Parts: sequence; structure tokens; C-alpha cells
Amino acid sequence: MTGMNAHHPSRPPALELVDVVKEYPGTPPVRALDGVSLRVDTGELVAIVGPSGSGKSTMLQVMGTLDRPTSGAVMVDGIELSTLTDRKLSAARARLIGFVFQQFFLLDGATAVENVSNGLLYSGASKHTRLRRAARALDRVGLRHRLHHHPNEMSGGERQRVAIARALVHDPAIVLADEPTGNLDSASSESVVSLLRDLHDEGRTIVVITHDRDLAASLPRQVAVRDGRRDESASHLVGVAGAGS
Amino acid sequence: MSRWRRGDDAYADAPDEPSTTRRLEPSRLRPADVVGAAAGGLGGRKLRTALSALGITIGIAAMVGVLGLSESSRADLAQEIEALGTNLLTVEPSGGFGGGDGVLPEETVSKVARIGPVELVADVVTLDAAPLRNDLVSGNETGAIDAMAADLDLLDTLKGEVADGVWLTEATAATPNVVLGAVAADRFGITAIDEGTQMYLGGEWFTIVGVLDEFPLSPDLDRAVFIGKHAATAVFDAELNPSVLYVRTTPEQIDAVRGVLPSTADPESPDEVSISRPTDVLEAQQAADSAFTSLFLGLGAVALLVGGIGIANVMVIAVIERRNEIGLRRALGAMRAHVRRQFLTESLLLSALGGAAGVGRGVAVTYGYASYEGWIVVIPRSAVVGGFAAAIAIGAVAGLYPAMRAARLAPTEALRA
Repeated sequence: MTGMNAHHPSRPPALELVDVVKEYPGTPPVRALDGVSLRVDTGELVAIVGPSGSGKSTMLQVMGTLDRPTSGAVMVDGIELSTLTDRKLSAARARLIGFVFQQFFLLDGATAVENVSNGLLYSGASKHTRLRRAARALDRVGLRHRLHHHPNEMSGGERQRVAIARALVHDPAIVLADEPTGNLDSASSESVVSLLRDLHDEGRTIVVITHDRDLAASLPRQVAVRDGRRDESASHLVGVAGAGS
Repeated sequence: MSRWRRGDDAYADAPDEPSTTRRLEPSRLRPADVVGAAAGGLGGRKLRTALSALGITIGIAAMVGVLGLSESSRADLAQEIEALGTNLLTVEPSGGFGGGDGVLPEETVSKVARIGPVELVADVVTLDAAPLRNDLVSGNETGAIDAMAADLDLLDTLKGEVADGVWLTEATAATPNVVLGAVAADRFGITAIDEGTQMYLGGEWFTIVGVLDEFPLSPDLDRAVFIGKHAATAVFDAELNPSVLYVRTTPEQIDAVRGVLPSTADPESPDEVSISRPTDVLEAQQAADSAFTSLFLGLGAVALLVGGIGIANVMVIAVIERRNEIGLRRALGAMRAHVRRQFLTESLLLSALGGAAGVGRGVAVTYGYASYEGWIVVIPRSAVVGGFAAAIAIGAVAGLYPAMRAARLAPTEALRA
């Protein structure tokens, strides 16, 4: 697919968790992740689904290097991240990982294209380059006509599309989306999910963290989480359990 | 809507290298982007930015204004001293302590005039005659004005100026004519010389022939009226022992002249002769002004300190309010140092804004007030540069703690807020 693959005939998984444990201090300590292993191959679209308190948000933080595991290994694009310094972890986020948040987290004072260009802010790219690539990313998510609009001039669905463009603009190895439809009405949710599917079709690796079983069921692969562990028995049931579960 | 695959031409400018070496280059934030991010943070809160910069503005404006006005006033005084000359000495009897009679001999003027480096000498003799506006006024209501018999050289010796009319001449000094000092003229309500205007002096009518400007070096003379020595002896039968002698010397010899003046003026009691230099008084005034300058500078520094605390307060609030933004920036790849730099730059921008406005206002105040007073306008470069540098330093100190606090915030904690 790219020149990079020419150097790596057997491409490593986009994301791999090996026996990851995450404990928060306390008496007794709270074990949010309890030996989770997971492999996400390049080009996969995966839903991590679980109820509130199941550990899925902690999983996203560990996968996204926003937090360190207590033990175990986290690898993104073949690079072991759990032992890196804070500086290197920042570099990993700037270059390997894209985030989409439920609350969008767009800067109100910046236009759509400026918000998206912030995805490249810490890459050292020039402003001209950042804006050019941001405009292209916004075009890709169908917001070419909204380049110079501010977030408060856009609908929730459009804001989330801007956030998705920001997550993609630096060409990350993996996109982590945390409840991407959590703040959207059903029509906007559908359009955002549709966009994620299109991006998957184009070869993007995307992990969606959600508590919404319907959303999870509509994606090609589901990983169920419960009490900090993978719930193997439920993973294959997500699709058939449907809305009633 | 274009389709677009990872690694396609959208990223043609990304080098085609193995991912591990290409992608884990450290995060980088260009200096211009640090300033841009900081300016963006301030731009979103314009009113708060303006109010918090105001403290610094007031402090810097006070400091620049005080220094500017002090320098302008000093320059004006220096120019005045220069114009009046520092080579003037006054000689007075020191008042009779130790048994002396407190009177200089009548021939003092001619003896002092014979000292080589003395260029001009003139004396005044205080008369026992009450100057009154007219004969209907009570003899006590002189308005604290003295009558003096003056040497004809008095005006030249003191570099005095006539405001209206003329100074005494050989002719007018021998007859009942009077010239008024500036304050005396004001007290008597004489604003212009009309032919034949008279005043009642020591029981005799005198014709007012002139009004003088103020004597900056001898303000006592402003409260006097002057008649000629001949008239003084003719009308009042006055003795002409000098009350004060004014001596103008060559500038280089002033100390030497000062040394010999007591024994020349009164050989019998040189210890009872007091010599002074009028410009010393102006220089002392300058020193007193410096003390006030220090006081106002101190007040300006307090205002600056309060301004700095205001900035620190606003920055701490900004860090609390913008936790999500900090979390987002960390998620986008910002290092702790980038976050610290952004908030520190924000504080520096805030104080620079306040400092620049303060310097501008301080210069404007100096220019306006000095012009109004007719002083030479002096804007000390040290005040402008120092004021701005002080503002920046305050911003750096005020921003340090909030910036470190922002940088310490864990990404997960910031995003959860």
C-alpha cells in the first residue's frame, strides 16, 4: 500500500496489547485492567464495547499512551511504548495515534481548518503545510464548504467530523475514537459512523470505544470488555444481542 | 469529497522511511506557533486580558512618568542654573552672635569691588520705612513688603529683568522714585506702569517707575520695593550699611573669592560674615525632588507588584478553566515543555502588552505635563527600556507557577475535567 510496507513485508499489527494490567492506587488498589491482550491489525475497524466501569476508557487511555500500564506491553505500529519516556510518548501521540473524543474538544476561537491543522501542530510542520493538509482532510470528511467556520457555527455532527479530520491529518497508524457518537442525535451519529466505515474501507485502522451495543454491532469486529477483562463469551454475542441487551 | 488512503499523495511531503525512525522523531513546536497558541489563548478572553494587563500598565506608566517628569524638571532646573550662573555669592552679616553688631561697614561694597576676580558687586540696604499703597492705609498693612535702597548694579549683578517700566538710573535714584519687586507689585495690585502712579513710602510719596520679574536666585528681593541710595539718604537720612551684598566673580575663582570675602567685608569681625551661593539652594531643591522621585518610584513598584499578582491569578484561573485544552494538546503530541512554554508565553505576552501600554502612557504623561509646565521634555531611555524589561520580568515570574502547574497536569486528568 505504501512505500513503508516495502521495507516491512510482514507489517506489524497496528496495535497490540499483551497482558496489560492497570491498577490505580488506593486501599485496596483498583484494578481497572486485569491482564488484557488484544491485537488490532492494520486496516481493521474494531469496536471495544462494555458497560460503564468495565475498563474500556482506561483501555483507550493505555492504548493511546495517555496513561501507562502498571504492567504488560503496549505496541503501536510495532513500537513498544509502555517503557518510553514522557517525551517519546508525546512523539508517539504526535505521529502514530489520532484521537476522536465524545466532547469534540475543538478550540472555539479557531476555525475548522485551524482546528484540524492543530493535529499537526506538534509535528514541526510549517503553518502553510499544516493548513494545506488540514484543508484536504476537511475535504475528505465532507466539510470543504466549512473551512473557515468556527465550531459554534456548526452542528454537532459537523463538529465531530472536524475532530475526525484532526485525528487523521497527521496520517496516524491508528485512530482511537472514544464514544464518537455519544453527544450526537441519531442522524448525525449515523453519518459519523458511515464516515468511519468509509475511512476503514480506505485502509484506515480505527478503534471505537463505545457502550452502545448497536453501534458496536454495526462494525466489523467487536471486543467486549467487562470488569477489566476481555469478555470472550460476549464478544461474539454483541452483534446478535442487539438493542435489547 | 475525495477518497484518500493512508500514505497516498496527501502525504507526499512525508519522507518514505521505515516507520520506527520516521515517526518517533520528537514532537516539535515552532517558536512562532508557541506565540500563536499563546495569543490565541489571550484573544479568546479579551476583557480579562485587558483588565489583567491594566495593573502592569498603571505600574509602568507611573514609573516611566515619574522618571520622565523628574528628568524633565531636573533638566529645566539645570538649564535655569546654567542661565543664572553659579558664580554668584551673597554676603550677609550673620546676626551678631559673639558680640558683633550684625552690620556690615558702609565701605564694604567698594572694598569687595577691588578683589581681582570680582566682576560685579551690588548691595541692598533694608530701610526702616513702611511701603503702603497710599496714605489711607494703616502703617502696619505693608503686606510683608520691605523697602530697600539698592545699588544701580543690582539688576546686572543678579541678571534680573524688568517686567514693565524701567530700572533706577542715576537721575531717578536721586529723586523719590521706586521700582517694585514681582511679589510686591502683585500685593499692591500694580500690573502695569501708568505715568504718575505713586505709592506711599515711609510717609513720603514715591513715583512707581518700574516692576521687576522674579529673581530666581534671590526670592527675598521679590518682596521688596527699591529706591535709590541718594533718595534714601535725602528723604530718610538713612545710614547705608549693606544688608546683603551680591558678588559676581569669574567662575574659576569663585572658591578663592569666597575665602577672602569675610575678611574683606568686615576685617574686624570676619566670623560674623555669612557667605552663601544661591545656586546651592536650587541644587538642594533638585536633591529634594530626587527624594520625591524615589517615593513615587516606590509607589509605582507597588502597583507593578500588584499587577504581577493579578497576572499570576488570571493565569492560574486560565489553567483551571482550560484543562480540556491542555489535555487535548497533550493528546495531539504536546510535551510538558510545550504546554509550559505556551502558558509562560501567554503570561509574557500579557505583561508585554501591559508594559507597552504603560510605557506609552508614561511617555504621554511626561510629554503633556512637561510641555504644560514649559519644561524641556526628557524621556529617559533607561525608563522606557527599564520599564518594559520590568514588565517582562514580572510576567515571567507571575507566569512560572501557572505554567508549571499546566505542564504537570496528566493528560487523562485534563481530559476528564
